Order: sequence, then C-alpha cells, then structure tokens
Amino acid sequence: MATAAAHRTAGTPAHDASDAAAGTDARQAAFDAAVAADERIEPRDWMPDAYRATLVRQIAQHAHSEIIGMQPEANWITRAPSLRRKAILMAKVQDEAGHGLYLYSAAETLGTSREELLDKLHSGRQKYSSIFNYPTLTWADVGAIGWLVDGAAITNQVPLCRCSYGPYARAMVRVCKEESFHQRQGYELLLALSRGTPEQHAMAQDAVNRWWWPSLMMFGPPDDASQHSAQSMAWKIKRHSNDELRQRFVDICVPQAESLGLTLPDPDLKWNEERGHHDFGAIDWTEFWDVLKGNGPCNEQRLTQRRRAHDEGAWVREAAAAHAAKHSGEHTGAVAGRTGVKQA
Amino acid sequence: MTATVPVPTTAALALGDDALVLSHRLGEWAGHAPVLEEEVALANIALDLLGQARVLLSMAGDEDELAFLREERAFTNLQLVEQPNGDFAHTIARQLYFSTYQHLLYAELARGDGRFAPLAAKAVKEVAYHRDHAEQWTLRLGDGTDVSHERMRRACEALWRFTGEMFQPVRGLDVDWPGLEAAWLDAVSDVLRRATLTVPEGPRSGAWAAGAGRQGLHTEPFGRMLAEMQHLHRSHPGASW
Repeated sequence: MATAAAHRTAGTPAHDASDAAAGTDARQAAFDAAVAADERIEPRDWMPDAYRATLVRQIAQHAHSEIIGMQPEANWITRAPSLRRKAILMAKVQDEAGHGLYLYSAAETLGTSREELLDKLHSGRQKYSSIFNYPTLTWADVGAIGWLVDGAAITNQVPLCRCSYGPYARAMVRVCKEESFHQRQGYELLLALSRGTPEQHAMAQDAVNRWWWPSLMMFGPPDDASQHSAQSMAWKIKRHSNDELRQRFVDICVPQAESLGLTLPDPDLKWNEERGHHDFGAIDWTEFWDVLKGNGPCNEQRLTQRRRAHDEGAWVREAAAAHAAKHSGEHTGAVAGRTGVKQA
Repeated sequence: MTATVPVPTTAALALGDDALVLSHRLGEWAGHAPVLEEEVALANIALDLLGQARVLLSMAGDEDELAFLREERAFTNLQLVEQPNGDFAHTIARQLYFSTYQHLLYAELARGDGRFAPLAAKAVKEVAYHRDHAEQWTLRLGDGTDVSHERMRRACEALWRFTGEMFQPVRGLDVDWPGLEAAWLDAVSDVLRRATLTVPEGPRSGAWAAGAGRQGLHTEPFGRMLAEMQHLHRSHPGASW
C-alpha cells in the first residue's frame, strides 16, 4: 500500500517541538489522504489516537457481544427438540466463540490485549450489545434470534467489510459469511414452527413479538442522539447512519415475515409509496436507554455468568501457564500453544 | 402420554448412546469454559460426538425417537459418559478415559469389515483429536500448579471406578476386548505418568457398576439429564422441528 509506506516514512525522528508538530501534521495528512482514497489503514500505520480509541471501543464491544451472545442460545442447547436442531445450535454457538476470537485478535492489533479487554467487560467499563439482555423463554426464541438478531447484525456488519481499518474489515468478511448462514437457519427454524402444529405456530409468533423491537434497537440510538456517528462516518469506520440501516432492515424483514406467515408487532408498519420505504412505529427509547444502563431483564445474569466462568477458570489458565513455563522449548504436541493463555 | 419405545440392546445403540450422552454433557459447558479457545474445543468435540450418535442411532431406528422417547432404563450408554461435568479436571478426566477407549475401539472396528467399519473409519480421525486434546490438558493440569495437580488427581480417582465397564463385551462387536483393555491401560497409565500423576489404585468397577450402563442401570444424575434433554420434544407429541 503506497500510502501506508508514506505514513511510515513520514515518521522521521523529530529534533525539537516544531519538528515534532510538523511530523504529526504530515502523518495526519497522509492518514487523511489514505482514508479519503478508500485505502486500508493497517496496524503499523500511524493513526490518530482518537481513531485508535474508537476502533478499540467498537471492536471490543463487538467481540464481547459475540461471547455474551453465546449465553441466550446456549440456554437451549440441552433442550433442543431434535438432534438435527441440537447439532445446528451447537455449531452456531461454536461459531460465535470463533467470532469472538477473530475480533479480540483484530482489537489486539491496535495495541491492547484480550486480558485487558475482558477485564473491562467484567468490570462494566466496556459494553456489549444490549440485545443479549433479553431472555430466551421458548425454543422459538432461538429461531427469532437467528432471523432477527443475526439479520440486524448482518445489516450492520456488511458495510463494515469496507471499513477503513484493514484487520476489522477482514474479520467482518469472515464473520458475515457465517452470520448469513446462521440467519437462514433461524429463518428455517421459524418456518418449521410456523407451518407446524397450532402450538408451534403460536410459539413462533410469540417469539417474534418479543424480539422485533429489541432487534430494531440494535442499530443504536436515532441519528440525532448518536454521539459517535459523525466522526465514525468521517473516518469511514461506519458507512451508513443508524437510521439508514434500521430502515434497510425493516424493508428486508417485512416480506420475509410475510413468507413466514407471521406478523410483525407494529400496527403502524406500512408501505410508503412516496418514500419507497416502509413507515414504522415509534421505538421505545426509554426502554433502550434503560437496558443500556444495566436495567434490562438479564444484564445482571449475563455478566455474572461471564465473570463466574472466568473466575472459576482461573486455576485452569494458571495451570496451562505453569506447564508452558516448565516445558518451554519442548514440543508437547498438536494443541500446545493453542490454549490462548499468555504467560504472565 | 407418549409410550416408551421398547428397544433391544444392540451394538449400534450402545455406541450411539455413549456418543449422544457425552455430547450432551459437553454441550452443558457452552458459555462456561475457562478460556475462549475451550468454548470452541468443547463445542467442537460435542458436535463430533453428536454426529456419530446420529449415524449410530439411525442404524438402530429413528434417531429422534430413540433419543427423546426412551426412558432411563432403556439407555445403554456407559455410566462413565453420564457423569456430571464437575470442574474442568473432571471433564478432562472423563474425556481422557473415554476418548482413549473410543479411539482404540474405532481403530479396531475400522480395520475389520463389519457394519461399523465405515463409521469407525470416519470417526477415528475425529476421536484422535479428542484424545490429543484430553491428553494435552491432562498434562497441563497434572503437571501445572499444585492446585491443578490436586484437582486432576481427584478427578482421575473419582472416575476410575467407571472405567471397567468399557471392556464388557458388547454383543455384535467383533473386538478383542482383553487386548483393548490392556492397550487402554497402557495408554492411560503413560499419560498419567507423564502428567506426574499416579494410576488410581481403587477398583475399576464395583459389583453394581460393571456393565450396568449397558444393561440400562444408570446413576442418579442421569435421569435429571434426560428430563432436561427430552422435555420439549415430549411436550409436543408428533410435532416436527
């Protein structure tokens, strides 16, 4: 990447304050030019501190969402009603753990560590998507999450495949392929229920009723209340506004709900010929901010389980580190070095 | 009320039940593992086992009827695989004992020309990974810290009495059972030794445990596991999913 080379050569040692300032200005100019030209910023390129901080915040939140997001679905693994569905759900939860791994790796290219990020999650200093603070109450919720929650995630994440930060963009390409598959599986699960017995149909409708509005909230606050949007769009981290993506998602879901034979719980939802889009009802932002503040149905439970898994696993990670220290220099076999445990 | 499906004890069912039940237990770990890589690994092993279970149960009948509509007394899995997860060391000890057995058993079945040869040939590759994973963790925990050593020691001891059952001949499997047992003891003893652990001294089976699982006699936690596993399926008789 030609411009990246320019960033690096721009970083000549400075001899005094004015030289340093001039160096920073040159690097900033090279960075701005790279972003303007739709080039990728790579880990070793110079980048503004605020750009780095924004990306760490966003990628970490995304990684945390993948691992917290395992919980509502894992809640149904042991109760899945057929072996085929059980296999699909296990594979899906495994994929999510894998997505968490990619994303923590992408975040680490920015100079942070997985341990540090997990610590911020556990202490509540970093967030995860508030959709995972809703409970999965029936088997149909597994389908509703696949269809709506993964659907909203894909709508959000496909534009991120063109994000200005290379490692994040490349992680998103892989994640989106798998997410699209999960979404189809969720849709297909709901379809089976919708066409099944009256009880199964009712179960599917109830799940969609409960998950529809929280899914719309996944796109974040309305544009006029979104504090990071403008800057993220200028940096080409985001490509579309929250409301734009939300509208896109609604327009996609309406015909899908129709083919499912299920209704969406919004009396104001209707096609607007003039706009070429569906109009939809008002989102309950009070609920959104409330869940974000930690007062959703499962906030406490999700974080407690995550902390417990981490705390109860401490002796295991310590054992792996101690064993690695004792046997460094030996080859202990195929899985050695894949434990994800760093030596202190 | 759904009637329990009566089934004869067959080799396909015995091996299928082993895989099904252990897969279920490993599935309980999702979201609770000590490190993210283990979320992936445990789910991956659970998924492999579930795949094997589906093939094997389908050889014996309808996979879902067999999994969801049999009662406890009709399951023929080893008592070892139904043991609760306990801590990570218990899960690893159970996995070490079982995957070593399964790996040796499938290798032998794959060499033969019986009806299980095709399945065994595919499954033996998966199980080699399971075994490697269990061995590596046995080494890490046994030869890690004092705490992990003690936990691993306790887990190996606690599950030891369930290991004798694995070598009760299963009707319909053309296997050198005494040879299998000797090979298993050698392999497990070697891993334990390298992990600075000693081979447990207790009996490998009690009067009750020997071969009991294969005859539909299980341990108390198993009924509760089945209740959870079967509840939804049984609540909607005849429904498709």
